[in-house]
Amino acid sequence: MGELGKEFFNWTVIREMFPGLLTEAVKNTVVLTVFSFAGGIVLGLLLALARISRHRWLRWPVAVYIDLFRGLPLLLVIVFVGFGIPIGLGTQFPYEPLTPGVVALAMVYAAYIAESIRAGIEAVPKGQMEAARSLGMPYRMAMRRVVVPQAFRIVIPPLTNELLALFKDTSLVAVLGTRVGGKEITKYARDFVNHSGNSSPLVAAGIAYLVITLPMLRLVAWLDRRSKAGSR
Amino acid sequence: MIEVSGLRKSFGKVEVLRGIDLAVGRSETVGVIGPSGSGKSTLLRCINRLEEPSEGRVVVDGVEVTAAGADVDKVRTSMGMVFQSFNLFPHKTALGNVALALRRVLRLSGDAADDRARRMLDRVGLAGREAAYPAQLSGGQQQRVAIARALAMEPKVMLFDEATSALDPELVGEVLAVMRDLAVGGMTMLVVTHEMGFAREVCDRVVFMDAGVVVEQGPPAELFGSPREERTRSFLSKVL
Repeated sequence: MGELGKEFFNWTVIREMFPGLLTEAVKNTVVLTVFSFAGGIVLGLLLALARISRHRWLRWPVAVYIDLFRGLPLLLVIVFVGFGIPIGLGTQFPYEPLTPGVVALAMVYAAYIAESIRAGIEAVPKGQMEAARSLGMPYRMAMRRVVVPQAFRIVIPPLTNELLALFKDTSLVAVLGTRVGGKEITKYARDFVNHSGNSSPLVAAGIAYLVITLPMLRLVAWLDRRSKAGSR
Repeated sequence: MIEVSGLRKSFGKVEVLRGIDLAVGRSETVGVIGPSGSGKSTLLRCINRLEEPSEGRVVVDGVEVTAAGADVDKVRTSMGMVFQSFNLFPHKTALGNVALALRRVLRLSGDAADDRARRMLDRVGLAGREAAYPAQLSGGQQQRVAIARALAMEPKVMLFDEATSALDPELVGEVLAVMRDLAVGGMTMLVVTHEMGFAREVCDRVVFMDAGVVVEQGPPAELFGSPREERTRSFLSKVL
């Protein structure tokens, strides 16, 4: 236990990670999560609405987008956005690696979120749209005031799941390297491993993730149970 | 008030309406009866274009609903529709259900919409239940909210699509009572129903449909008392 303990639970090394682990690493992971999720929701809702549109010229390209980004490895998309686009276009993102990270995560997660929202919209009984239309509401108004609010209720459990997955997937942004102050948890921990030659920072990083993911897992389970129990 | 002529509707290869001609006069209450699958509901849904007719014309209060350039949304505000399954908005209170279209479609102010919604709920006997959500109301109460919601738009005609078919027997009466009040009050109504008692006592005229056509129509006393067509007789003998 002595040797192993020193390799994985070296408190001196772990202590050195503070306060940066919180002020930089956790902060940047949360920033990546929040902005990517917000972007993913907005884009995902638009994609979902286009996906069920009556116009084929809207439905078709959106279906391609969704399949494309669900079919590609997230890591490849992050590398493409983070390295490929700046090289190809000869420009740089501001706030690297956070901005390209957010762009890549939002683009991919929008595809997943769009599928969840579409399923939610399709789960709202058809009579709701008909009742709204029969009162003289145009299609868009009926969607916005009647169908989408109900769909969001249905979709909260799967969306919480996606938020959880997204939170963990921010660790892939570690491959984009860093500028000063731009490391998220995984990159921050890896750099400490390199400096110290000791693996304890990875354990600390794991704990940092779990502190946030474990309560979220409980939340997802609770939301699932609640949505199965009652419909209102 | 409502004139339907040559109305046809097909779903794929199945022709559900096969040339319907029907007129409903101002303040008239017309009942539509017939076996399930006879096209009664489809007829109602074609009148406010929830279904697109394949052929034929519908004119409501002088406006051709089926015209190519007709403003469907505007036309629908002049027709209230009540569904078998109520279709209340579950995320809105009773008041919110009635007020929503008043605000968003008729563009009334919040206060004016709430005020009118309250009066409508009172009219269907639901004063005091404004804050209840649909899930907290009985089926009969939900359907009365749905009627209030349609009435609040001040439609020229009301379409009832088997409004009591989904209700427990003991709740049917309260909904029929509201419909009867409306009919007596002079509303123009087209009522698809399985309630033969209502058709007989409240309707000015009853239409019997079968297999996508109007088989016969007339005052309830005649249609129920001495039906001319064999199909009508056979249907009535099963339901009366």
